[in-house]
Amino acid sequence: MIRFEDVSVRYDGAAELAVDGVDFEVPEGELTLLVGPSGVGKSTVLGAVSGLVPHFTGGTLRGRVTVAGRDTRTHKPRELADVVGTVGQDPLSHFVTDTVEDELAYGMESLGLAPAVMRRRVEETLDLLGLADLRNRPITTLSGGQQQRVAIGSVLTPHPKVLVLDEPTSALDPAAAEEVLAVLQRLVHDLGTTVLLAEHRLERVVQYADRVVLLPGPGVRPVIGAPAEVMARSPVYPPVVDLGRLAGWSPLPLTVRDARRRADALRERLADASPVHGRDPSPRAASNPGTEVPVPRRLLRRRSVPDAPQAHPATAVTSLAVRRGAVEALRQVDLTVTAGETVALMGRNGAGKSTLLSALVGLVEPARGAVRTGGVVPHRTAPRDLVRRVGLVPQEPRDLLYADTVGAECAAADRDADAAPGSCRALVTELLPGVTDDAHPRDLSEGQRLALALAVVLTARPRLLLLDEPTRGLDYAAKARLVAVLRGLAAEGHAIVLATHDVELAAELAHRVVILAEGEVVADGPAAEVVVASPSFAPQVTKVLAPQQWLTVAQVREALSS
Amino acid sequence: MAPPTRRGRPAVHPGAWWLWSLGLAVAATRTTNPLVLALLVAVSSYVVAARRTQDPWSRSYAAFARLALAVLAIRLVFAVVLGSPVPGTHTVLTLPEVPLPHWAQGIRIGGRVTAEGLVFALYDGLKLATLLICVGAANALANPARLLKALPGALYETGVAVVVALTFAPHLVADVRRLRAARRLRGRPDRGLHGLLQVGLPVLEGALERSVALAAAMDARGFGRTADVPPAVRRTTAALTLGGLLGVCAGTYGLLTAEGGVYGLPVLLVGLAAALVGLRLGGRRSPRTRYRPDVWGARAWLVAGSGIVAAAVLAVAAALDPAALHPGVVPLAAPALPLLPAAAVLVGLLPAFVTPAPEESA
Repeated sequence: MIRFEDVSVRYDGAAELAVDGVDFEVPEGELTLLVGPSGVGKSTVLGAVSGLVPHFTGGTLRGRVTVAGRDTRTHKPRELADVVGTVGQDPLSHFVTDTVEDELAYGMESLGLAPAVMRRRVEETLDLLGLADLRNRPITTLSGGQQQRVAIGSVLTPHPKVLVLDEPTSALDPAAAEEVLAVLQRLVHDLGTTVLLAEHRLERVVQYADRVVLLPGPGVRPVIGAPAEVMARSPVYPPVVDLGRLAGWSPLPLTVRDARRRADALRERLADASPVHGRDPSPRAASNPGTEVPVPRRLLRRRSVPDAPQAHPATAVTSLAVRRGAVEALRQVDLTVTAGETVALMGRNGAGKSTLLSALVGLVEPARGAVRTGGVVPHRTAPRDLVRRVGLVPQEPRDLLYADTVGAECAAADRDADAAPGSCRALVTELLPGVTDDAHPRDLSEGQRLALALAVVLTARPRLLLLDEPTRGLDYAAKARLVAVLRGLAAEGHAIVLATHDVELAAELAHRVVILAEGEVVADGPAAEVVVASPSFAPQVTKVLAPQQWLTVAQVREALSS
Repeated sequence: MAPPTRRGRPAVHPGAWWLWSLGLAVAATRTTNPLVLALLVAVSSYVVAARRTQDPWSRSYAAFARLALAVLAIRLVFAVVLGSPVPGTHTVLTLPEVPLPHWAQGIRIGGRVTAEGLVFALYDGLKLATLLICVGAANALANPARLLKALPGALYETGVAVVVALTFAPHLVADVRRLRAARRLRGRPDRGLHGLLQVGLPVLEGALERSVALAAAMDARGFGRTADVPPAVRRTTAALTLGGLLGVCAGTYGLLTAEGGVYGLPVLLVGLAAALVGLRLGGRRSPRTRYRPDVWGARAWLVAGSGIVAAAVLAVAAALDPAALHPGVVPLAAPALPLLPAAAVLVGLLPAFVTPAPEESA
């Protein structure tokens, strides 16, 4: 159905090939998963299928790509529109019209299908994707998972033979991701659609794949094979595979179910050990907010924070309510975070996580209740003063970056924070070895940009650090680096609050998990207790080793080696 | 998660709403009588209040109302500062006059402000404000993007460009807000002009990137596919469209100049016909079809008709009895409400009764 014949792509002005020696075939009705670290050209391979590479992006494509027998060299993207449906990373930039029903019809209108056919297919697709209740809703009012389903529906209506998806679940909460994957599964099984998708969150998708194409590095030839085989030597792998490698299972389990069946022996070996929650703050600190936790200060030692309100908790929120237009975004929220503590905020898309972070940093004004961050009321505090108490890395780190070089960005950050010249640059060097001063922030990868924004925020040495969806678009290696950095900061006494959909990240980092639903706190407790109790927020290792309470592979590895 | 809503397709063709509000707007241009103008504003506001939906574009009415107030205020300020061409005897106050050189004769800054001048400016400003409010009503009641569906196929791609440009503005505003908020996170003041200027470049970059992404998505979804048409048809299309447009220009020129009265109208009509045929033929090159086009039904006739009646009656009344619709300001006199035009304006309320109420989002 899709055939790559020795394809290489070089973008204009780039010294290196974006991809090289790509040679594989996706048979009809298969779900093929494209994996690899960030920046190895996954999006390029996907773009080549729809013809956007090179017709739209420019650059030179050597070799041949054929889709349903059509050569993309001679067919422009619009002439492939009836056989290939493409959904990019950001569904919002994909929408042309403004209501769900019109969006589903748009592609068919462009292809000139008869009105009766269009009507029938729109109704079928509304049912297939469970969108019937939303048919007249403006698209901007939908949640992330709903938007993703509309985006998939909008390319399904012309009945393409091939569906190409770039990170369809990365921005979604676990439940919404399940929804989208169930739809894909149904398309492959019932309609025989051929699906090619790229995804960083392998724990969500790898069990659905018929085959995996691994791009090990930029310009390196891809490795193709059955999921279990490729996972055995892939540099990126989900926790369940990590656990399988650790336990020496062969063939490797890809699903929690497979792993559970083999896990009896492992559970026995682990029976006497108990998970070392070594990174828990002392229970004393959690129960008595205000107790100073003695911590080493590495990043902070350059200059201690003057008049830091040591006696206060890093932030305290009492019966907070926030309104956004007519919507009550937060209701009766209470939250206290102490120094050295890491709290993960979880919950559906639109549950109020970002609003809570905005309230902590004073971007939104509470309708009722009180917020105190570092001893002050954030929305009444001058920004210059506030940056020393609290820093937020927003969902789109790019929003924080204005300058056109990394060097200029760092100089500006030093001025903004009244820090000694070079403070920000030192942080960048620590977080991002190998990035030069003259690099443009826009040319950095997603993970590098996040690290730069983090460095900019840390320049002011805030006592409280907030991160909104920090792992979106990060591969496992970048995520591991982020985890190491954040652990270091927590050990130095920074309080950290992160809003995330990534249950594995929360399991690795958080001391406490707070789950929000419809603007209210529905669960608040030690990470181990909260995630273990919830089927959708439990990490894979927990599911495999239940009823024992293990959260991460690292814990298991430690217990086995001791 | 929001509860499911069952807001249906629009009950009335969006074009009907535009005709209705343009009718009211034309009626507003025919009069300076503040009572009639106030009645027009009341009628359009009532219909908007009764019939607008919860959709994002419906919120633009308040923005138009504010703009209308601003126009009125500016018009009054100008009348106070720059004086008024209307002679008056009732002096309200006297501002110090700025002496100007003799070559600036006819321009005056400051000086006497008369009640007549103020009333004249008020009437005039009110007319402009009413016009704006009527256009705002159309925006609030009909989604501009849905009008696109009624365009002939040959114009469709131009129409998309216009609609994309229209949706660009709200995105830009949202971006500016987000980035100004982000300035706060960097410890810089998030208010003031300086902050606005600094986010300018990132906002434009973001907007550009979004446009490119949208263009890629549209291309991948078949936007701009063309059907094969014989070269003869293509050439005929070009000739008809170009010739028609030339005819329209020549005809309009003829109509507007004094001596061209004989050939003006026929040339205009022939040109218009040729251009329309050209557009129709041009539509063949585009294989687009339309999904559930809006139906022009009895309701649409009533809605559009009510606006047209208001416009027609006021136009006729303005010709027959100009004094009633243009109350004098020299000497000052209290305006009276002329009955027939007022009744015609009230006809404009019809849409509030013949169209179904929008279903509330539960």
